Amino acid sequence: MESIILQAKDISKSFRDPVLMPVLHHISFEIKKGEFTSIIGKSGCGKSTLLYVLSTMDTDYTGELYIGGQLMTGKSDKALAHIRNEKIGFVFQFHYLLNEFSVLKNVMLPALRLNKYTEKEITEKAMRWLENLGIEDLAHKKANQVSGGQKQRVAIARALINDPAIIMGDEPTGNLDKKNSRIVFDTFQQLSEEFNQTLLIVTHDTDFASSTKRIIEMEDGRVISH
Amino acid sequence: MKTRLLIEITLSLLSARMRQTVVAAVGVTFGITMFITLLSFMNGLNNLLDGLITNRTPHIRIFRDIAPAKNQPVNLSETYGNTYNFIQSVRASNGRQEVYNANKIISLLREDNRVLGVSEKVATQVFFNTGTLDITGFMNGIDIEAEMKFYRFSDYVTAGNPMDLKYTRNSIILGKPLADKLLAKIGDVVQVTTAQGERFPLKVVGYYQSGLSDFDKTQSFANVATVQTILGKPASYITDIEVKLRDINTAPLLSKEFARQFDTDTEDIQTANAQFETGTSVRNIISYAVGITLLIVAGFGIYNILNMMIFEKMDTIAILKATGFAGADVKKIFMLISLGIGIAGCIAGLLLGNILSHIIDHLPFETAALPTVKTFPVDFNPLYYIIAVAFSLITTYFAGWFPARKASRVDPVVIIRGK
Repeated sequence: MESIILQAKDISKSFRDPVLMPVLHHISFEIKKGEFTSIIGKSGCGKSTLLYVLSTMDTDYTGELYIGGQLMTGKSDKALAHIRNEKIGFVFQFHYLLNEFSVLKNVMLPALRLNKYTEKEITEKAMRWLENLGIEDLAHKKANQVSGGQKQRVAIARALINDPAIIMGDEPTGNLDKKNSRIVFDTFQQLSEEFNQTLLIVTHDTDFASSTKRIIEMEDGRVISH
Repeated sequence: MKTRLLIEITLSLLSARMRQTVVAAVGVTFGITMFITLLSFMNGLNNLLDGLITNRTPHIRIFRDIAPAKNQPVNLSETYGNTYNFIQSVRASNGRQEVYNANKIISLLREDNRVLGVSEKVATQVFFNTGTLDITGFMNGIDIEAEMKFYRFSDYVTAGNPMDLKYTRNSIILGKPLADKLLAKIGDVVQVTTAQGERFPLKVVGYYQSGLSDFDKTQSFANVATVQTILGKPASYITDIEVKLRDINTAPLLSKEFARQFDTDTEDIQTANAQFETGTSVRNIISYAVGITLLIVAGFGIYNILNMMIFEKMDTIAILKATGFAGADVKKIFMLISLGIGIAGCIAGLLLGNILSHIIDHLPFETAALPTVKTFPVDFNPLYYIIAVAFSLITTYFAGWFPARKASRVDPVVIIRGK
């Protein structure tokens, strides 16, 4: 049960513009299956930068990144896109739903892209997740017709649709009021406990972080405790 | 499934910016419409003008030219034939104007399966007498049935029945302007004097109008036998043999072959009317250039709108990439958008182009020079439609390619973190 989902080995990164500025220093840690981890630290400490490196979207780093035991470093754009599609679910600070589509379609899109199940199965699965998150009545609304808190739950449902190995969140509660933050946190908590879902959430909300099982604290591009 | 998903996303993006999409498609529609209309109309005119010449010009004309003998007698002599002879003041000899062995040549040509039709002709200069005036003109003795069959003679007879040339003895069809000069109405008798001074009365049975006014001012037509009688020549006297070929493009080659075979002079249609081909090709180049310019301008319209769409849809592109769509998928989506606009605009353009061509085809166009033409000529050649489709697809492909490549290179991290 204690298999390693994500492993960072000696990851360093520098911004080159306008001058060479190191942002991540030799970061190494691993995340095991079912862990609910938060990354905290002050603004500019590099926690978001680290998350995007771990998410495979940012490929400009040194060191090695393993997801599910597979080396990610040096893979092609296409291969990485496939891994993001299959193994990683994202929840961002700004909800980033596609306004052209309905809520249901937004949730279904990554699964349609993966093309592992039929459209009918995907629809059923998406509806199930929406029910689990208590927003099934929004399914046929347009994405821009639902509120911020609801959008974030839709985004969580979308992150879950392909049964990802890990869900990554970049300040998922950063743009929400207290009540909605609570709902989102409880949702994560529920996923962790009921579904043994692995979660890695970047946040500067210490209340949020203190409730998670594990906290990785960063300062000036270094992990100071984990 | 995969393709269906891409198409679904494409349609959603398109419908989200419906107005811009329509504007871009209208650009293509306009380009295609004008391209098709322009080419159809221009080529219709070209064919009409070329037809003025090619319809009634034989592909090969066999005749005897007035020219000095190619082999002067001294070169034929046994004594001096092998020496180099300088001959001064060479003149064309007083040779006969008829084609030698005309009947034999005609029967040989009729057996040749490269030849569609053969007709004989007797051409001569005459004077038309009106009051005290003599008007110079030409009289063509023709085989009226062959002329009607191969050279659309009846298209140019604006009054009277051309077959009357055959059925009425000593009859004549006058060029319309010539008839006007002679004040000759149909049924009147005109006096014709030959170069030898013989005078004949001939009955006018029709007017001829070719569209070339200068030509019509001097021309008249009668039966071959009538002209032979006027000239006092036997039935074997033929000045021209006109050949219509199955394939007009073989004319220059066959022309040379016939000249050699029958030991006479020949002229092919391409040599006789080189200027028409030049005019046609220049007009073609101009209309293609204008049409293609229109399509390229439409391509720029698509390019602009796609670029704008990419700026507006940065978030969408970023989220698609974050959730597992590769750069290549994003590129495909934007290529589909471009081609979708192109194809929709193209189909509308084909329809509108066809409708506009039909409208032009029905506009009245009457001119004294072209008696048989009542409306503007339009050439409904499917080739123009095929070219238009090919060009619109090529331009929209390239108009889409650059923005699509840009979209595929959008870095999702920059967009997502940039908020």
